Amino acid sequence: MKLTRRDLLVMGSVGMGATLMGVMPAIASLTDDEIAKIAGDAEIVAGELFVTAPEIAENGNTVPIQVTAPGAVMVAIFADGNPVPNVATVKFGPLNRSRSASTRIRLAKTQNVVAIAQMEDGSFQKAKSNVKVTIGGCGG
Amino acid sequence: MASGVKPRVKVPKTAKAGDTITIKTLISHKMESGQRKDSDGNLIPRSIINRFTADFNGQNVIDVTLEPAISTNPYFQFDANVPETGEFKFTWYDDDGSVYETAKKISVS
Repeated sequence: MKLTRRDLLVMGSVGMGATLMGVMPAIASLTDDEIAKIAGDAEIVAGELFVTAPEIAENGNTVPIQVTAPGAVMVAIFADGNPVPNVATVKFGPLNRSRSASTRIRLAKTQNVVAIAQMEDGSFQKAKSNVKVTIGGCGG
Repeated sequence: MASGVKPRVKVPKTAKAGDTITIKTLISHKMESGQRKDSDGNLIPRSIINRFTADFNGQNVIDVTLEPAISTNPYFQFDANVPETGEFKFTWYDDDGSVYETAKKISVS
């Protein structure tokens, strides 16, 4: 059977489709990998940790967020749609009883801001906030 | 040393013992994320503040590891409980090895 160009095109696009399908979930799970690095196999509950972020961010280059983690020793913040999901890791000292911190971050596109908190007793909590971004903030 | 880097800190001048005060910190820094391309299409290398710490009378209050996702001119706001009169020391560590410091005194009654 003669291999027409149409056949080649179909084979090619199916192959691309298959590869894309394989790659897509990988991006979201980059964040999961980072979370696993911190928390290991520990069960992560919702707890009192929460992330405050605007629902819609007009400028992805500076999105104000606040993380409050009563009783936490450390909070790691991720943005699961950024090229590199890590955003910041905050360690609280004994003089910081309110365990909350605010900052401004860059978000490449609409995504979740995920926070993992390590509590004083060694357990972990997780919270996330979805932010819609109109103009991406990673220069792309 | 990244040029034009200037830290600005807002700490109340006085407080009562045991009060929770809000501290605002800002440092002017480009925070080059390493994702941008220049006009020739080359990737501009990453150059950011990678760590920020605040101590009060030698005790650590907050220690933040920053990644490229923190915005230009990193802004951090957090709380601290002040048991006594003393001095806050704020330190920012740059990728290129520079260290920027500033200190603020607070008197507690």
